Amino acid sequence: MGKTFQKPEALAETITHYCPGCTHGVAHRLVAEVIDELGVRGKTVGIAPVGCAVLMYNYFTFDFQEAAHGRAPAMATGIKRVRPDLVVFTYQGDGDLASIGMSEIVHAANRGEKFTVIFINNAVYGMTGGQMAPTTMPDQRTTTSPFGRKVLDTGMPIKMAEMLAALQTPAYITRQTLLSPKYINKAKKAIKQAFSYQIENTCFSFVELVSTCPTNWGMTPLDAIKWAEEKMLPYYSLGVFKTPENGNEVQTPDSTQ
Amino acid sequence: MGKVLMKGNEAIGEAAIRAGCLNYFAYPITPQSEVAEYLSRRLPEAGGVFLQGESEVAVSYMIFGAAACGERVFTTSSSPGISLMSEGISYITAGQCPAVFVNIMRGGPGLGGILPSQADYMQSVKGGGHGDYKLLVMAPASVQEAVEMMMSAFALAEKYRNPVMILGDGLIGQMMEPVEFPDALKAKPSNKDDWATNGMATRSRNQRNLVKTLYLDPEELNAHNLMLRAKYEQMEKEEVRYEAYNVDEDYKLLIVSYGTMSRVCRTAIDNLKDQGIEIGMIRPQTLFPFPKTAIYDAAGKKSCRAALCVEMCMGQMVEDVERSVSGQRPVHWYGKCGGEVPTPEEVIEEVRKLVK
Ligand SMILES: Cc1ncc(C[n+]2csc(CCOP(=O)(O)OP(=O)(O)O)c2C)c(N)n1
Ligand code: SF4
Repeated sequence: MGKTFQKPEALAETITHYCPGCTHGVAHRLVAEVIDELGVRGKTVGIAPVGCAVLMYNYFTFDFQEAAHGRAPAMATGIKRVRPDLVVFTYQGDGDLASIGMSEIVHAANRGEKFTVIFINNAVYGMTGGQMAPTTMPDQRTTTSPFGRKVLDTGMPIKMAEMLAALQTPAYITRQTLLSPKYINKAKKAIKQAFSYQIENTCFSFVELVSTCPTNWGMTPLDAIKWAEEKMLPYYSLGVFKTPENGNEVQTPDSTQ
Repeated sequence: MGKVLMKGNEAIGEAAIRAGCLNYFAYPITPQSEVAEYLSRRLPEAGGVFLQGESEVAVSYMIFGAAACGERVFTTSSSPGISLMSEGISYITAGQCPAVFVNIMRGGPGLGGILPSQADYMQSVKGGGHGDYKLLVMAPASVQEAVEMMMSAFALAEKYRNPVMILGDGLIGQMMEPVEFPDALKAKPSNKDDWATNGMATRSRNQRNLVKTLYLDPEELNAHNLMLRAKYEQMEKEEVRYEAYNVDEDYKLLIVSYGTMSRVCRTAIDNLKDQGIEIGMIRPQTLFPFPKTAIYDAAGKKSCRAALCVEMCMGQMVEDVERSVSGQRPVHWYGKCGGEVPTPEEVIEEVRKLVK
């Protein structure tokens, strides 16, 4: 019998800088496992964001580029257009993707660029110390919304998966979460599906992951999971919002799964 | 192949293809949209990549991504667009990737105008984006020279792993002139195995490559920037290009001018010669590295009483000319900054004031 648990080859042998209980580590591992399982490490180029994952290239064992804040989808476009044979993914936080990089992600999705996006939605700017993000929940306290996010002033949190799914270009768009093992297994399947669509040159693929930031939420890791389940999941429904085969017909948001 | 009559913007696009660059990303802006229009037909035919990006910001990162995986790539824009690309340009220099940026300048600041200008001298030569970096900047004075600079830009970008900028005024893009594309300027393949992020499997050595710009450790960042500085010093030693005109005569005044403006100055110098007045000229072909020594020597000539910077902007090159002249002679400025090109008569009038 072989080993039942081992470190993916795509993951580097090192200690990460992430806070205890942060879901970035889980997301990294899922990406690494998928890259191993698909056997594409030798032709993969990852693009690190600006955010807590800015140093993520230290945790993987394949080629990496480091983007400017929000611009990863434009870099991925540049790579895929000139080297369509490479497997390219961006990994972006909500400040990076949904605020400063909104234009780049929308246009890359709309052009149907054949790369994969892993979108970490933790409802806050982690790296810069917990400021409000476009995904911050109503009344959620952050360092720049000390009295809670007032939606009359700052609008409602942006649902990126739904927004991108509304584009008419074929795509694979899903929202998953990393809050418990059962969710994590589903998230991994979605990530693998997303990379597979890319490798088959089918479509743009986007996996939003509802994540936690215990440090900036000011909670223990367990409380953070509880808070995300109670506050975020009812708003950020899980499910597949779009597939290249069925368009928006497959919309199966299901926050109870 | 013999000479063909081409508009500057189209010739610039064709020159890139002839040099061996088949990847182009851009966003339309007057007065250089013809490059994108030309290449949107020509590149698919040549088996290349053409993409109109959603903004100049995005385009600069498409260039970064493509360059970082070792492919030859370029873009063209005009002043306001280059401002937006300046963020990406700073990252590309830090990430040490070769790429070519063409700026067919129009008037500014702000929207300015769409007529020819040289008002992005400072932006191109002194920075534009943030941080300690330089671009190798070449300034053509004719469509033929734009073609040759464009064709040699790729090899230079690869030699230094640094972006090269072709800085042309609007006339260079809009003018039609006969051109040829010298085969000898085709860029040779360069070795990118030890830096390009093009998938580990393609490399013999089983080690991954990383293109990054973050150096949190101050000593590391210092070392990184000093290494960049060493490249810029090497450019100053090896890449300075300029043309000297009428400098064998005992001229009373030295003109320093580049691009289309220098052609007007040349006519003025010829006319003044007929009137018995000798004027010399140094025309920088590279703006960084700047032909400091040539200007120092030319201004120091015994007969020379002053230097005159003639530019289509409010005198952005004056401080570099002053630095080069090093106080040997006074440095004056003449120019227009609204989009009109000064005429030879206007230059002559200005020269006459200074040499009387
Ligand atoms: C142009 C620019 N503006 C601002 C910043 C500062 N900055 C760094 S990370 C960040 C926010 C990151 O938040 P997010 O994308 O949500 O990722 P997280 O840290 O939560 O994983 C900001 C504003 C920057 N690096 N560059
Ligand atoms: S600040 Fe938040 S997102 Fe960043 S590593 Fe810590 S817990 Fe994770």
